[in-house]
Amino acid sequence: MASLITCPHCGVRPKEEFTIRGDAGPVRPAPEAKFAAWDAYVHLRDNRRGRMAEHWQHSGGCRRWLVVERDTFTHEVHGVTDAADHARARAAKPAKARSSKAAKPATAAKTARKPGAGRGKA
Amino acid sequence: MSFSRFSDGGLIDRSRRIGFTFDGKRFEGFAGDTLASALLANGVSLMGRSFKYHRPRGLLSGGASEPNALVTIGDGATREPNLRASMVALREGLRTESQNRWPSLGLDVGAVNSALSPFLGAGFYYKTFMWPAALWEKLYEPLIRKAAGLGRASHAPDPQEYEKRWAHCDVLVIGSGPAGLMAALTAARAGARVVLCDENSGFGGRLNKDRVEIGDADGPGFAASVVAELESNPNVRLLANSTVFGTYDSGVYGAVERRDGAGSGPAQRVWRIVAKRCVLAAGAEERPLVFGGNDRPGVMTASLMRGLANAQAVRPGDHVAVFATGSSGHETARDLLARGLAVTLVDARAEIPTAELAASEGARLLAGHVVADALGGKAASGIEAVNRASGERLRIGVDALAVAGGWNPVVHLACHRGDRPVWNAESGMFLPPKERDGLMVAGSAAGILDLAGCLASGAVQGARAVSDLGFKPQKADAVAVREACGGSTGFSTLWHVAEAKGKAFVDFQNDVTVADLGLAVREGYGHVELAKRYTTTGMATDQGKLSNVNAIGILAENRGLAPDQVGTTTFRPFYTPVSIGALAGEHRGAHYRPVRRSALHGWAEKHGAVFIEAGAWMRASHFPRDGEPGWKEACDRETLAVRAGVGISDASTLGKIDLSGKDAARFLDLIYTGKMSTLGIGKARYGLMLREDGLLMDDGTVSRLGENHYLITTTTAAAGEAMAHMEFCAQALWPELDVRLASVTDQWAQITVAGPASREVLKRVVDADISEAAMPFLAVREVKLHSGLAARLFRISFSGELAFELAVPARHGEAVADAIVEAGQPFGITPYGLEALNVLRIEKGFITHAEIDGRTTPGDLGLGKMVSGKKDDFIGRVMLSREGLQRVDREQLVGLVPLNPAQRVLAGGHLLEPGAVPSMANDQGHVTSSCWSPHLKSTIALAMLKRGRERHGEVLTVWDPLRGIETEVRVCSPVFLEAPEDESIAAVREHAPVAARDGGAPDLLEGLTVSASDRVSLTQLPDAAVCLIAGPVAKDVAVRRAAKTGDGTLRPVQPGQALAVGEAGEGFAALAARLGASADLSLCDLSDARVRFALSGPEAREIIATQSAVDTDAKLFKAGASAPTLFGHVPVQLTRLGKDEFEIMAFSTYARDLAESLSRSIRLLA
Repeated sequence: MASLITCPHCGVRPKEEFTIRGDAGPVRPAPEAKFAAWDAYVHLRDNRRGRMAEHWQHSGGCRRWLVVERDTFTHEVHGVTDAADHARARAAKPAKARSSKAAKPATAAKTARKPGAGRGKA
Repeated sequence: MSFSRFSDGGLIDRSRRIGFTFDGKRFEGFAGDTLASALLANGVSLMGRSFKYHRPRGLLSGGASEPNALVTIGDGATREPNLRASMVALREGLRTESQNRWPSLGLDVGAVNSALSPFLGAGFYYKTFMWPAALWEKLYEPLIRKAAGLGRASHAPDPQEYEKRWAHCDVLVIGSGPAGLMAALTAARAGARVVLCDENSGFGGRLNKDRVEIGDADGPGFAASVVAELESNPNVRLLANSTVFGTYDSGVYGAVERRDGAGSGPAQRVWRIVAKRCVLAAGAEERPLVFGGNDRPGVMTASLMRGLANAQAVRPGDHVAVFATGSSGHETARDLLARGLAVTLVDARAEIPTAELAASEGARLLAGHVVADALGGKAASGIEAVNRASGERLRIGVDALAVAGGWNPVVHLACHRGDRPVWNAESGMFLPPKERDGLMVAGSAAGILDLAGCLASGAVQGARAVSDLGFKPQKADAVAVREACGGSTGFSTLWHVAEAKGKAFVDFQNDVTVADLGLAVREGYGHVELAKRYTTTGMATDQGKLSNVNAIGILAENRGLAPDQVGTTTFRPFYTPVSIGALAGEHRGAHYRPVRRSALHGWAEKHGAVFIEAGAWMRASHFPRDGEPGWKEACDRETLAVRAGVGISDASTLGKIDLSGKDAARFLDLIYTGKMSTLGIGKARYGLMLREDGLLMDDGTVSRLGENHYLITTTTAAAGEAMAHMEFCAQALWPELDVRLASVTDQWAQITVAGPASREVLKRVVDADISEAAMPFLAVREVKLHSGLAARLFRISFSGELAFELAVPARHGEAVADAIVEAGQPFGITPYGLEALNVLRIEKGFITHAEIDGRTTPGDLGLGKMVSGKKDDFIGRVMLSREGLQRVDREQLVGLVPLNPAQRVLAGGHLLEPGAVPSMANDQGHVTSSCWSPHLKSTIALAMLKRGRERHGEVLTVWDPLRGIETEVRVCSPVFLEAPEDESIAAVREHAPVAARDGGAPDLLEGLTVSASDRVSLTQLPDAAVCLIAGPVAKDVAVRRAAKTGDGTLRPVQPGQALAVGEAGEGFAALAARLGASADLSLCDLSDARVRFALSGPEAREIIATQSAVDTDAKLFKAGASAPTLFGHVPVQLTRLGKDEFEIMAFSTYARDLAESLSRSIRLLA
């Protein structure tokens, strides 16, 4: 029937107004990042049971990209933020979470994951 | 004596007789009857045949759970099978039929299955029909399917209309018995918005069926007074005939409203109810008792028998037996005794509470007895009772038998989110699970069985629900309640009668007996989920509403466990069956998905176009002329005309995206493979977009219109995907960039004029120098037409010929296309469609999404040079460098020509070396596109071939096993036609300029129902300038201020984007000047991209609710409020102009589709 998502710009709307892209955890690596980081960003996704942040677009409304944090098992929605705000907040995290080392953007993505959940070595 | 009607009493209106037929025979009932009560009152107790054994069956529980009395209603296309006779309100002329019998209900040949029952026990089809296996599909299964079964659906298209609607409330109350009414009343009095649903045709539930007193009123009187108060409250919506069928995430409930016989409007309406709180007051089902012959017509639950007697004055006979384990049997005995019937009361309990004995005083009481078997054939005629202490058996002749085995609270909707009910050993009931998500349970659904308790429980839960939401509920007045047995409601649990001799049914609809469950346990299928599947108990259309608890009890006994150790199966929607038609609503047939019409749709129609679906669009496929037998002849003629002279076609469906902002150039460099930032103003460039994995996503052009202003085109097919991708890049990947994206696809009618004479034709329409020098290949100009209209002219080509694309505001599209056709007459201008366009591009080796299929790289398609090596970053750059994407033996784009030019080659065929065995290892590639080239007089094809570029000249086989074709082909360059040396044709003489007439917006409401008396009306608002104001998110306040300057109403789209609408008669330029937007904001003309409708009247909100989930409550969505939302499948901007007036601003290409949807809802309201 419907799940309701509270768009930060439009208010409560049914899921039919949204398009789901998937895991919002991975961060796009820097252009010069090692290939392994790119491989992880493009190909490796967790299939998590529980809380997960995802990119959803309010395609039937304001057309903003959002980060919906929801529980994949109970469907409970914990929070919805604008993807730009989410990206800025993540970029503003302390340096150690991001770092100068090329492979680190993938590590930054990892911090949003439960360690070792459902995947092999990156 | 069989069933009949008491000469007086009941809630039926004896002055209103209603005629109906059952199996062709005419009967009469009264207003207030259900089909089931009317049949019984006419002495018809045999209503159906059972699923497997074809046993005669009659009404058993008489509610939503009724397993036996299933009938088919209506005939022809509206024929509806498997309806419960108890849920069908009687109406004049109703035609009904029994099911699963042949040749007739009385004489059913299938009843022989009953004699065969030793072979038809649980799991019989797993055992009996195992050998020989080959016979299963051909013989056994069809036979079983034919013999077993329910009603048959009509196979004709359903002519009825269905509707879906949203409803929003503070509290949803499910069920309108004593608890539900009190919950609704308490919540409504506190000021909350309440929706009250009841699956029956009237409100009151058991208040209409039991003889009780509440204060000064009887049950029906009390119910009527509460309903009257609720009806007078504007915050309350009462939905009768409405079954809440599911509890979903986020407090959304699904309900289906059956409107059979309503005369007008939809046949059924599916409600999606968004409720902050829910009070589930669904009541309880009386538990049947399991003994021999417990399925004979005339055996029914005690609550059903007394309800029928009290409400519909159905007389069950002269002498009735009641088999009880609790108070309900005594209450039924009381009511039947009061009507002068003789009652034999068989109570399994040796000790019976005095209040119950007092109620049933006057009945012949057999305490400590059980009914072992019901006797009789097509109707119960007696019982065999057994004294449990002595074992003594006695036979008693009776006309009917009421059974009262206790109660099963209806907890389904409290369990749909995954919770299981909880066994309460003390009361012998499965009770609702712990509360969650604002769903509270009241009354007998919560195991509270006495009337006073139900009334109180409803009031308490109603008050809790609204208190949670900040309302202040009043304390309910205390009222004196008088009910049967002084409120004693206990019962003892009796899972089945061991003394039974005959078949004792647990699941009536699927013919599952006590013996079947025992067999399941013995054979190792004792787990509740296994037993369910092995015996099919609980798997019929009633989903075990009556049977599951007894089945669990019997499994528990067999396994030596307690019922909670056996546990329940999973509860899932739907609570009762819902027809597919109701769930589909209006989204079927032509409205299965929205239809998008190009601004040139009418123009193409005028020229006789045949349309085909292309995504959401209807596109002109070809323009047949007289004497052309098929599309191919038209296509050949159109193709030749373009290359020889000039053709005109519609390119409006290509995605068009307006890009602005100070980082626009940098953004383009990031999303395209090429270096777009070097593009000069007034120039266009072809570009490729990759996905991040390095594979091609889409191609198109980028035109630079100004310093920070670009127009991007995408393919028609990938327009939506490309826009979403760019928005993702701008918002989620690089939010620091100042870029603004706006879809302007709907704003422009884009007309392609292609062929060597195209310049000569356009010269007559465009008032500008468009010579080769002034307008070279890939030039872009803002031009004026001879009519004075401002337009954009692009020198781009998808046909490989000299070609132009002229973009004009959509409303002028048809007029300008007409002018071009007029200007092209001396040159024989020919409208051409998608088929010719496809031939033209294949002849030149141009790619579409047949080649951009998600597996190809730019290099594969010979476009490797378009990937810039100078940029440090763009989407897909790193992954494109992967070894696998750079291998030399990748499949590459080639052309193919069959050795025999007339032979067919079709897309999808695989390439093999001559003589090679078709196998994955030998596969050399595949054909992506093919056509007949009228220029080469040969079939030609594009293909992806391993190392293809090195293999021009090779002969290969196209292996196409699907169509059974094998074709020898020669590999060649994908460019079949080289560019002509002198591409343009100059006019022999000068032709006079042609001025396009003024275009006007079409009447989109033509031929549609636009009003429902004074309740609602739909109008198309006059054209007005519409401006999208866009800036960086940080400038949102300035954007909003400017937008409001338009007509005083702010229409926000997203942070940093809002729509301004001009005053009457004001053009875009005037509006833009008046907005006072600072220079760092972008102003985009969408005047032709949007159409505005006004929906007004007291029921405008109801029409909106059929399309959108936006809650238009006046407190939440005030006058002046505006939001983007989805109407059906179509995006709109919804604005409240006044109390009962709304503006719906739609994309112009979707506007007619939307108008049709709105019109349909209005027609259904009328």
